[in-house]
Amino acid sequence: MTPPALAKLASPVDLEALAQQFRGDSRKASKCVRVCIGTGCTAKGSRKIYELFCEAAEQCDADVNIEAKCVGCHGFCERGPVVVVEPGEIFYQQVEEPDVAEIFRETVLGGRIVERLLYEDPATGKKAREAADIPFYSAQQRVVLSGNGRIDPTQITDYIADGGYSALAKALSSMTPEDVISQVELAGLRGRGGGGFPTARKWQSCREAKGSAKYVICNGDEGDPGAFMDRSIMEGNPHSVIEGMLIGAYAIGSRQGYIYVRNEYPLAVEHLKAAISQASDMGLLGKNILGSSFSFDIKINRGGGAFVCGESTALMASLEGRPGEPRAKYVHTVESGFRGKPTNLNNVETWANVPQIINRGGEWFAGIGTEKSKGTKVFSLVGNVVNTGLVEVPMGITLRRIIEEIGGGVPDGKRFKAVQTGGPSGGCIPAEHLDVRVDFDELTKLGSMMGSGGMIVMDEDTCMVRVAQYFTEFLQKESCGKCTPCREGLAQMLHILNGITKGDGEVGDIEEVGTLAQLLEGTALCALGKTAANPILSTIRYFREEYDAHILDRHCPAKECRGLFHYEIDREACKACGICLKNCPADAIAGEKKVPHIIYQGKCTLCGTCWDKCPFSAVIKV
Amino acid sequence: MLENPKLVEQIVDRYSRDEGMLISMMQDIQAECGYLPADGLRCLSKRLQVPLSRVYAIATFYSSFRLAPGGAHEVTLCMGTVCYLKGAPDILEAVCKEFRVEPGGTTSDRLFSLQPVNCVGACALAPVMVVDGKYYDGVTPASAIEVLSDLPPAEESTEVIAKEDVA
Repeated sequence: MTPPALAKLASPVDLEALAQQFRGDSRKASKCVRVCIGTGCTAKGSRKIYELFCEAAEQCDADVNIEAKCVGCHGFCERGPVVVVEPGEIFYQQVEEPDVAEIFRETVLGGRIVERLLYEDPATGKKAREAADIPFYSAQQRVVLSGNGRIDPTQITDYIADGGYSALAKALSSMTPEDVISQVELAGLRGRGGGGFPTARKWQSCREAKGSAKYVICNGDEGDPGAFMDRSIMEGNPHSVIEGMLIGAYAIGSRQGYIYVRNEYPLAVEHLKAAISQASDMGLLGKNILGSSFSFDIKINRGGGAFVCGESTALMASLEGRPGEPRAKYVHTVESGFRGKPTNLNNVETWANVPQIINRGGEWFAGIGTEKSKGTKVFSLVGNVVNTGLVEVPMGITLRRIIEEIGGGVPDGKRFKAVQTGGPSGGCIPAEHLDVRVDFDELTKLGSMMGSGGMIVMDEDTCMVRVAQYFTEFLQKESCGKCTPCREGLAQMLHILNGITKGDGEVGDIEEVGTLAQLLEGTALCALGKTAANPILSTIRYFREEYDAHILDRHCPAKECRGLFHYEIDREACKACGICLKNCPADAIAGEKKVPHIIYQGKCTLCGTCWDKCPFSAVIKV
Repeated sequence: MLENPKLVEQIVDRYSRDEGMLISMMQDIQAECGYLPADGLRCLSKRLQVPLSRVYAIATFYSSFRLAPGGAHEVTLCMGTVCYLKGAPDILEAVCKEFRVEPGGTTSDRLFSLQPVNCVGACALAPVMVVDGKYYDGVTPASAIEVLSDLPPAEESTEVIAKEDVA
């Protein structure tokens, strides 16, 4: 994977010439096999598949130029490993090692389709040849993810051939910093990390702030559980983030940038490091970029595994080599941030949008989306949904379209219950609001938030009290402990929720949680604490009857909370095989051959072993 | 493996003695030693002229740092929302029970360290377990125990892992 030695680019003209040359080179390869090496596909063995394709291409003596290429996440992680063959954009899914030879022989050399590896629409039974034919992709609009799945994230040449760094060249050669900011303003770009703050206003404030040393930071500390948008961008198209930061730094007047990446994302760190080193080699980072007077460098810092570091002031504290504790923001970070200097921090996805805005114009970007939320948003659509993966949609699309059309609905014939958005600061939205249009303001009105883009679908078997408990426990563990409302308030709320899920809930618990929530919102130091009650408040708002069932009837309607339901054996379904009886650690099951077994409720410890082991699903939760 | 003081010196130089890179330096020490040895931290504090209390504060604030040697294998269990909904707590419970290990702890035979983490960002594979960097998808309590039972014992694998870390 060593790139060819490349000379430093001295001007925008050099860059364009090089891009032309690369485009010519890539045309030489008449056939191309693109293998996804995102974390999802890699986990399912795509590295090996890539190597096998490389070997096959090398050993092939046919008179064609065949290239095997590793690419970033296609988004359809559910169906990985994903392999796409050009020409024809033939989309193969769930490819395994033994399939490589067949794909190579049939499709690459023979131009024939291997039908069994195509995606089959479960509703219609129709096979899809290209990604565009798959419902998962057809309703999407890919802007930020447009390079994912097409370009090799480890080769700067691929990015340049695809028009990469042309936005930087445009900004440096024909735009003033003010022009850049006004295009971003025209675009209406708002922060993708969760806050939704207007990006141009942030840049402008930082540009106007007093002081010569200014910093730009890319927040890649994607901490929300159930979210992996930023990981896929950093892994799949790292140069788009770097180019965005370069343009932002030029607009703000900064010479030094930092990318703060989560410790749990080793592949993102690897790809970003390689990208920075290649960009430096080519003079796209460093002194006098493309012959201009603009100089800029980027350093990478890995996080230490603290969720609170996603908060801007905590992240800056961490960058300074201190524990990641936030501070009150009487003085904004754009005036006094990292090392007390003006600092502009944006999220990965925000940065990755910038090159496209500069290249295609703010007006184009503003043409996508709703009145106050422009452009597209990447969501990680996960949980109880058929098509799990990464989706990019225009703002304003309804939740229903995302979940039913793109996601294919809830699997196993189960009923949809709620979708959780916005991570631990967000909330759960029930079925009656599925037709709401997704944008920053609409989701906030529903008591949830856009957040960074996690979208977790939950089916009827999910206990909403437990969901609230999960997020509260998460936040309680991740609270840095600096301010009392967050440190003590969360512990108290968790204590109450633990009681409810164990069947020890009392009348008045819900009101007490409400009081604590108000207190946190009004007095906590940072957003982690201020929004910490959202998961609880939104579940109380929409699923009050579940709380009541736990508290008043000592019953968990979703049958998830141990102790608030019991196990019985369905006499009709029981085949009297004796497996449950043998495995029961409490000797609570009785029965003999050909006689349906029974559970003695008095002896049963509710461990669930019988439910796990029964091959006929005859053990039921009541 | 290098002696700790020498190693610390090398790492400090790697970051041009910039105390802002303290966390990165500590990550490098942990990558080399498998944990943060006390004398290494003392040495780091002296070299950078940063109070030892601050070094210790960092070591205990960030969950990825460890002050005692870990096991021969690194087992990460994702506790993200999706993994949680799909049964990660049961997997954690089963593994802890089977190998008599606490979350965040190491088995008594030093076979592996078990680290539950917030989210590894591979939600499409839920529930996910990562063993020495290899991702296992759709894990169940039984399959997790099976994978972990098949791990090669500490003596054989320590050297291999140390080599990989250095590379």
